[in-house]
Order: sequence, then C-alpha cells, then structure tokens
Amino acid sequence: MQKALEISGLEKIYQGGFHALKGIDLTVNEGDFFALLGPNGAGKSTTIGVITSLVNKTGGKVKIFGYDIDQDLEKAKSFLGLVPQEFNFNQFESLINILVNQAGYYGVERKEAKKRAEKYLKQLELWDKRDNSARMLSGGMKRRLMIARALMHEPKILILDEPTAGVDIEVRRSMWSFLQDLNKQGITIILTTHYLEEAEMLCRNIAIINQGEIVENTDMKSLLAQLDIETFVLDLAKHKQSVVLDNIAYRQLDHHSLEVDIPKAQSLNKVFAQLSEQGVEVLSMRNKTNRLEALFVGLITHQSNEKAGDLASE
Amino acid sequence: MNNAIALKSILTKEVQRFLRIWVQTLVPPAITISLYFIIFGSLIGSRIGKMGGFDYMSFIVPGLIMMSVITNSYSNVASSFFSAKWQRNIEEMLVAPVPNWVIVAGYVGGGMARGMLVGLIVTFVSLFFVDFQIHNIAVIIITVTLTSAVFALGGLINAVFAGSFDDISIIPTFVLTPLTYLGGVFYSLSLLPDFWYGVSQLNPIVYMVNAFRYGFLGVSDVSLTLSFVVIGTLITVLFTIAMTLISKGVGIRS
Repeated sequence: MQKALEISGLEKIYQGGFHALKGIDLTVNEGDFFALLGPNGAGKSTTIGVITSLVNKTGGKVKIFGYDIDQDLEKAKSFLGLVPQEFNFNQFESLINILVNQAGYYGVERKEAKKRAEKYLKQLELWDKRDNSARMLSGGMKRRLMIARALMHEPKILILDEPTAGVDIEVRRSMWSFLQDLNKQGITIILTTHYLEEAEMLCRNIAIINQGEIVENTDMKSLLAQLDIETFVLDLAKHKQSVVLDNIAYRQLDHHSLEVDIPKAQSLNKVFAQLSEQGVEVLSMRNKTNRLEALFVGLITHQSNEKAGDLASE
Repeated sequence: MNNAIALKSILTKEVQRFLRIWVQTLVPPAITISLYFIIFGSLIGSRIGKMGGFDYMSFIVPGLIMMSVITNSYSNVASSFFSAKWQRNIEEMLVAPVPNWVIVAGYVGGGMARGMLVGLIVTFVSLFFVDFQIHNIAVIIITVTLTSAVFALGGLINAVFAGSFDDISIIPTFVLTPLTYLGGVFYSLSLLPDFWYGVSQLNPIVYMVNAFRYGFLGVSDVSLTLSFVVIGTLITVLFTIAMTLISKGVGIRS
C-alpha cells in the first residue's frame, strides 16, 4: 500500500521559543481514514499547518505521496485538500466565486471549475446559496463551504481540522456520511477532532498527540482493545425497588436505567442472572459511548504524570 | 499552463473585488480630481498664468492623472492583500501549488488594473476642463504602466508588514502624499531654488510625473532616459523585496 503521508522527526519551535512539535513520526497509508487527536495546544493544528505549508517547520521531513515538501513543494501540495479549523475565506465573496477561484489556483479551467462547484455545492446542500456572500451563511454552512472548496481540485488527501466543531448533530451526521462516501471513493482522510465519538465512528487508525509528542499511534480496534472495562447502559422496565448487584460495579441512574462496568474477561450472564432473580426486566442494552474518551484521558494523564515524575527526580 | 490559470484566477478575483466596491474605488478619484480641476485649474489657475509654457490647467492634468494612478495602484494592493491576510483567505493560495511569483504578479496586476482604470476615468473627466493634446502615446502608456507597477509593488510590501488596517494608511499619508505633492504635479521644478531643485531630484515621483507629462505636452524637467532608468530600477528592487518576503512567508506563515 502506498504511503499517502510520511512525517519523520518533525520539529517546530515558534518565535518566542514555544516548542510545539518535538520530533513527530507519523505515517498514513493511502485510502486510510486517520484521526489525529489531542487536547488543545497539543500540536495538531501545527502538524497540519506544516503539512499544508502554512507553518514553516524547524526540522524534520514531510513527504506527500513520496514528494518531499522541501524539494517538490508544489507537486506535494497538489495532492492535498485542506479544511481548516477557522473560517478562512473572503466573507464578502460569493460562494461560487470562492470555489471557482480556488480551483483556478490549482490550474483547473474556469469552465470545468464551474461544473465542479455545482456538483459539490449541490452535494453539500449549498447550491441555493451560490450567489450569496459567504458572510450570510450559518456556521454549519460555512464548514460545508470549506469542505466543498477543499474538494475543487479533487485531492487525493483531504485534511480536516475539527470540521464539525460547533455544528448541530444533524449536520454533523450528514457530514460524517459525506466523508465516509469520499473515503470509499479512495480519498485518504486525515481528521482532527475534539469529538471522540466522531473519531471512533469514522476512523480506522489513530494517533494521539500531547505536548508536541505522539503518545499513541495504532489502529482503532487495537486502541479500544486496551480498555479493560466496558460500561453498558441497561434500560429497565418500570419497577419500584432499587437494584442490588453482588460483585459488580454498577450505578443506578434512576428507576429505568442502570450502568454496569464489566471487566473484559467477565461475561454479562452474571448481571442478567442477578437482575432476573430480583424480577427486573431488561428492555434494551447499549455500550456507553465515548469509550475512547476514557483511553484518551488515561493516555494524556499518564504522559503528564510521567513528565511530572521526571521533573521531580531531576 | 497551470500557472497561467492560477494567475488569471488571482487577477480575476482582484478585478472583481474593486469593481464590486466601485463606489469606494472608482467614484472618489473622479470626484477628487474634478475638485482639483475646478479649484486649481479654473479658479486659481487662471490667475497663475503660464507654467512650463502651457496653461496652468494643461500643465497639471498629466500630474493629476498620475497622482490618481499612483494612489489607486498602491491602495488597491495594500488593502486587498492585507484584507486577505486579516480574513486569512490568503491561505487559499498558500496551500495551493501557486508559485510565489504568481501570487506577487496577480496582486500587482490587480493593483495596476485599478490604477490604470482610474487613470482612464480621470483622463475622461479632464476632457470636460481642458483640450487634450498628446505628444507621444507610447511614452504615456509605458510610463503609466511601469509607474502603476512600482506602486502596486509598494502596496504589497506595505501590506506584508502591516499588522492592522491603520498600518496600511501610514505610508500613503506620511510618505506617498508628500512625495506626490512635491513631485512636480502642481509646479515646474524650474521654479525652485537650486537647493530644493537638487533635493527634488531625489524624489522618484518627479521622474514619473515628468515622463508622463512629456508624453502629453512634450516638455519635462528631467531627462526621459533617466526617468525610465529610475522607474526600472525601482521595479527591480521592489519586486526582489516582495518576492523575498513572500518566499520567506513574512507576515503570512507562522
């Protein structure tokens, strides 16, 4: 499988001395749906900035489909489409002009650019607004406009920096579906997000970055397999008594719902047996979302504790 | 081919921008210049008599056209490029495979387009006040084209360093306007005492205004060849500075 993105030893020290990236190594294969997670200020946007040449790196190598950004910058850039975190289009420009001009920067003829603009504006439900100036759009529409813009030159890699930040759940789900379709068409997608549910649902591989260092880089399944305990939410039929479970960690949220923590090695039968004995009927059961959140917090906390320990021993 | 399309896209965007806000970009120069013609030409000019062998009104027309070209070429690029920095839509170009020279040429071309369009509008307005004469059309076209390029480049460099909208008005207010007013727009350098005549020769706008006036009237206070050398040198130096700044990402890359 071809490597879409190879990063090695990436360093960034900003003017003023802030060491944002401390020797990052990362590889994303072609066709992957890749998540880059990290808390605020961890270095996600700086990494994306370097890849897309909006940030000058201090050291290290970045290759896009084998093209080194130090030697073949323009060729490397031609593979990338970027949806940045902040709105970065001319607010006074019409949607259609924003898209057609963007395509022009990549050498797409105006006639072809207009066709593509129509295609993506329709797909992203913005066609009716094509002649409006961009400032008239809602936040969700602006995010979709930036996705359409990033696709105008039909990139092989689409990088999205928190694309669903601040959009409502309905729009977010339609964006997820749109991104999944793009990925199925063969576009490599790299995503940063604060919504861990989003990463868990969409991405096959994941890297977690904290304080400018990669603290985990693996596939989603392996990462989730690291969870020792899973939490299930049971929806119960109406009953008056409190539930009592022996040797099982649980929390009764109300008379209708119960949360139970089940170690990986343990079967769920024990829970159901005890509930049956008490005459409690289970209507449905679901895995508690944000399983990734527990891991994420664990990894970040672990790294911070290690650093604090190192400092103390010095 | 790709670079040509990219250049065309930037130019189109720039021209669309100043045409979209024509009330701010094209109308004010026409009004300002009409006032100059009425006050300095008709009211005061008639009492001044001849200047450089011509009616005062005829004498100042080339300088006033050039003043409009200079101001508009400069301010178009300064405000457009700074606005692109401020709204961050400059990133649209920076992430694309657009060579730096195309970015510079696109913005400068946009500034030149506005400068020369305003020049044409002002020339048209001047026809209401003065009989037009043209001595050498080639000199007029070359001078106005090169001069607008000089100031469009200047506007770009200003915008690169600007950190706020105030910063793009400092140079026009404190440098460009004084240099233009002292650049022989309203008087012949021959009126000046020797010392100030010498000092004026350090003002590059003197060469532009005089070369332009030569194209219309056939008279100039300075040598035409020297004028083109000065303008050519300025373009080379400013283009080199602009390319270096954009390549290093000054003000536009972290």
